Amino acid sequence: MKMSSFAIRNAKELIRDRLNLAFGIGFPVIVLLMLTLIQSNVPVELFSIKNLTPGIAVFGLSFISLFSGMIIAKDRTSSFMLRLFTSPMKARDYILGYTLPLIPMAALQISVCFIVAVLLGLEISVNMLLALIVLMPAALMYIAIGLLCGSIFTDKQVGGVCGALLTNGSAWLSGAWFDVDLVGGAFKAIANALPFLHAVNAGRYALNGEYGRIMPELAWVIGYAVALTALAIIAFTKKMNSDNP
Amino acid sequence: MLSCLIRPSSGDATLMGNSVVTSPIKVKEIINVSPQETAVAPNLSVRENLELMCGIYGYDSKTAREKTGKTIKDFSLSEIEKSRARILSGGWQRRLSIAMAIITEPEILFLDEPTLGLDVLARRELWRIIEKMKEKITIVLTTHYLEEAEALADRIAIMSRGKLVAVGTAEELKTLANAGNFEDAFVALCGGETTYENE
Repeated sequence: MKMSSFAIRNAKELIRDRLNLAFGIGFPVIVLLMLTLIQSNVPVELFSIKNLTPGIAVFGLSFISLFSGMIIAKDRTSSFMLRLFTSPMKARDYILGYTLPLIPMAALQISVCFIVAVLLGLEISVNMLLALIVLMPAALMYIAIGLLCGSIFTDKQVGGVCGALLTNGSAWLSGAWFDVDLVGGAFKAIANALPFLHAVNAGRYALNGEYGRIMPELAWVIGYAVALTALAIIAFTKKMNSDNP
Repeated sequence: MLSCLIRPSSGDATLMGNSVVTSPIKVKEIINVSPQETAVAPNLSVRENLELMCGIYGYDSKTAREKTGKTIKDFSLSEIEKSRARILSGGWQRRLSIAMAIITEPEILFLDEPTLGLDVLARRELWRIIEKMKEKITIVLTTHYLEEAEALADRIAIMSRGKLVAVGTAEELKTLANAGNFEDAFVALCGGETTYENE
C-alpha cells in the first residue's frame, strides 16, 4: 500500500508535467521525421527506417533518465523528501515507487517511436514486439541512471547531466544514425565499452529477426542495468541515512 | 533526531516507549512532522496530497478517503480540495502541509516554525487549529515568535547556542528570570551562563 500510493503519486507528478512529457515523447519523433525526410532527398541509403527506429527509441529513453532524475532531485531539494523520510516508508518503497511508473512510460515511448516509424514506411511484423521487449532492459538501465543522478545531484545538475550529457552520449555513442565503425579508433572503443551501442544493436537484430545475435548485445545492457540499479539503490539508501537528505 | 532524520552519535531517545536507534520505523508510525518549508506534492490536488499521506502510512483506500474527507472539513479546505497544491497561496499551502501531518493521527506531532511568513490573519487561524489539535495529541512546536510560544505552549523549552537553558510554563520562566514579561524572561535566560531547569 505504501509503495503503490507513492508510485501513483510519482506517476501523477510525471504525467501532469506536460512540457517534459511532450518533449520526452515528441523530440525523438521529430528526430525520426527529420532524418527520414533527409533520407528521402538523398540518393544513397543513409538513414534506413529499419536501422534508425531502434536507435531513436534508445535515444528517446535517455529522456526517461531525465524524468526519473528530476522528480527525485526535486523531492530531495524541497522539504517534501524530509516529510517522506519521517514516514514509515522503507528504502524498497522509495526505489520501487520511483521506478515502477517509469516502466510503462518507457514502453509507451518506444511504442510511439515504432508507430511513427510504421507511418514512415517500416514494415509491420511480430519482430517489432520482440524489439520492444529487447529494449526494456535498456529502459531499466536509463531509469537506474536517473535514480542514481537524482540521488546525488540537485535538480539543476540533473538537468545538465541527464538532459545534456546523457542525451548527447546516447545520440552520438549509440550508432543511432551513423555507423561507429566509420569513425573508428578511440570513439569506437568508447562506444563499444558503453551500453548504448549494444542496446541499439540488440533492438536492430530483434527487428531484423537475427535472433542469435541479440543476446550477446543484450548481455551488455543487462549487465549495465544491474550494476547501475545496485549503485542507485546504494546511493539513495545512503542519502536516506545521511544527516543531510 | 526525535523524528529519526538524524541518528544520534551516542545515546538514545524513546518516544512512547520506542527507541529512535533500534525501532525507527515504529517511531515513524506514531509521529508526523510538518517541516518549516511547506512540504506538499506540487502537481497533486489538495485531496490527493492528503490521500497520499494516508497511503504512505499504510491506510487502505477506503479509510484514506474517509480520513481525507474529515480532514478537509476540519481544516476548512473544501473550497480548494480540487486545486493543485502548487497554485495555492502560502497560507493555504501551510494549512495543507499541517493537515498532511495531522491526517495520520500521530501521537506526537512536530511543527517546525508553522506560522513563519504568514500574515496576522492566517497566523491566528493556524493558532486556532493548533489549539484544537493539542487537545488530542502531543505537539512539539519550534518557533522564534515569543508571543506564539506564550500563547500556544503548555511547557516551553528555551534553547540557546544549541543548549537547553530552561524548561517550564511561561509563568514559571518569568518567575525564574524575575522578569515582568515573557520576552524579558527569554532575553535574561538566554543571556545567562547558568542552565536553569524547572519541572
